[in-house]
Amino acid sequence: MVRAIVCAFVLTMSTWVSAQLVVEVTQGVDSQSPIAIVPFEWRGDQALDEDVARVVEQNLERTGFFKALARENMLSFPTAQSQVFFRDWRMSSTDYLVIGRMESVGGDQVRLTFELYDVLKEQTIHSQQVSGSRTNLRDLAHYVSDILFEQLTGIKGAFSTRLAYVTAESLGPDRQRFRLQMSDWDGMRPRTLLESSEPILSPAWSFDGSRLAYVSFETSRPAIYVQHLATGQREQVQSFPGLNGAPAWSPDGNQLAMVLSKDGNPEVYVLNLSSRHLERITNNSAIDTEPFWAPDGRSLYFTSDRGGSPQIYKYNFNTRAVERVTFEGNYNAAGRLTQDGRFLAMVHRGSSRRFQIAVQDLQNGRLDILTNSDYDESPSIAPNGTIIIYATQQGSRGVLGAVSIDGRVRFNMPVPQGDVREPAWSPFLR
Amino acid sequence: MRSTNLSKALALAAVMAFAAGCGSKSTKTDSGAMGSDAAGGAAAYGSGTGSDVSGGSWADVANLRTVFYFDFDRSVVRQDGFSDLEAHARYLSRNPSASVRLEGHADERGTREYNMALGERRAQAVERLLIVNGANARQIETISYGEERPAVSGNHEGAWSQNRRVELKYVSR
Repeated sequence: MVRAIVCAFVLTMSTWVSAQLVVEVTQGVDSQSPIAIVPFEWRGDQALDEDVARVVEQNLERTGFFKALARENMLSFPTAQSQVFFRDWRMSSTDYLVIGRMESVGGDQVRLTFELYDVLKEQTIHSQQVSGSRTNLRDLAHYVSDILFEQLTGIKGAFSTRLAYVTAESLGPDRQRFRLQMSDWDGMRPRTLLESSEPILSPAWSFDGSRLAYVSFETSRPAIYVQHLATGQREQVQSFPGLNGAPAWSPDGNQLAMVLSKDGNPEVYVLNLSSRHLERITNNSAIDTEPFWAPDGRSLYFTSDRGGSPQIYKYNFNTRAVERVTFEGNYNAAGRLTQDGRFLAMVHRGSSRRFQIAVQDLQNGRLDILTNSDYDESPSIAPNGTIIIYATQQGSRGVLGAVSIDGRVRFNMPVPQGDVREPAWSPFLR
Repeated sequence: MRSTNLSKALALAAVMAFAAGCGSKSTKTDSGAMGSDAAGGAAAYGSGTGSDVSGGSWADVANLRTVFYFDFDRSVVRQDGFSDLEAHARYLSRNPSASVRLEGHADERGTREYNMALGERRAQAVERLLIVNGANARQIETISYGEERPAVSGNHEGAWSQNRRVELKYVSR
């Protein structure tokens, strides 16, 4: 039953694809903190492949918390404290300043020494040395971004995370190419995990970030697969007649919720991955689908049209009771919870008849609509709860959009070709 | 503001609890109910064609409709498809080695997994109609593609209505 397919022919690990996502800020805010990231000094014989300071600058800007000072407006490019004249930075209305120096420390390794200053107080907030591989400078840049973001906001940075998503390209009549991709959080460094002429959908990260579950039609029928990211090894975990869809991991990584129609109707089940025990959760003549676990593991949310239209419900494992969670609008589906369990992001259709991303505060029931186009779907929340990434359309093309959880900042990540869809944001990976 | 939301929520919760209660009571029979609806409609349209000898040859089904359309967020077979589906069922019942694959689809509005479930229910609705008209369940395979394989692209009802469909494909004659 369980088939381990190691590096199957459809599986092309580590294929780097030139089509990269490009981020555009489409809506800004007034209350961003002005910050200057000065280009880092590099004293090496060969130029580096990445402008680390630029990557840090883009990361911080895309959170919506910061506005970066353009390099052409910098009056000087200090790389050590002795070269910093705070008066210059006050004149350019900069609140925070980051400078740094990079050097080779033998072999492939480089070291970055950086300092973060409070310009108004003329004080060092933080200084640190970090080192990393010269061939993976973006890892270093994301790590430094995480440190700076946490120092300045008190919120753990989520820049060293990854996205999984699906792309679809038309290759002619009835011929399509589907790819399961994984990239940095900002869409850079994409690589292909799976390529198929049949649909791929619903990638889902295990809570420890080591495995992806997804649905693939590669056998001409839908089946659920689990792929180990470190080795590329994967296995087919479920393939009943009918639907095999919407996999969702339990927080402990031992169980997979899923949707099967083997008993005649789309219902939510939970599969214990070690004992192979399969438990039916829902029992209703309606469509029950899109399960997702509460971070505390005590309940399972899902979408059901048992009330006449798709709405999100909550199943309590202890009491086995089901309660309805969403009430505003006639279509609420594909829910996701923040790690603190407080905010529910979902696809919402209200009186405007548009499918938009909305967030419901589960403490007070308040619903906020965050996006502004007609066909937004597949919300996925950054592990630090600050940004929601989702699938949207630009023209007739599927692209990824991102919006801060308070709705103040939005940006799109278009790709040069094909449709991008079904983003899944990884948990923290270190 | 909060209190109105709350009362609205409670009112809706009461309605939904009632609806859910009704729903769960008929859990076993809903698929049957949908089938019998379909059967009733099929009987009304199909009872007139009583000739036993016809319907068994490939020529009887070769020119029939094989694509059946649905309303938004619905999985009820429209009556205009009944007579052709009955003829397909008749052919299947007289040719036990024949088999079909029913591919359910949804338009691209809404979420992908919900649409996958919707496509499945549509394929099942057609399957039930074939079975109550004489086909054997073993002759029928259903699969849902959800919104993954649209027939027509475009963000307008003209395209969407073409995409909310079940395609009947003969696997063997």
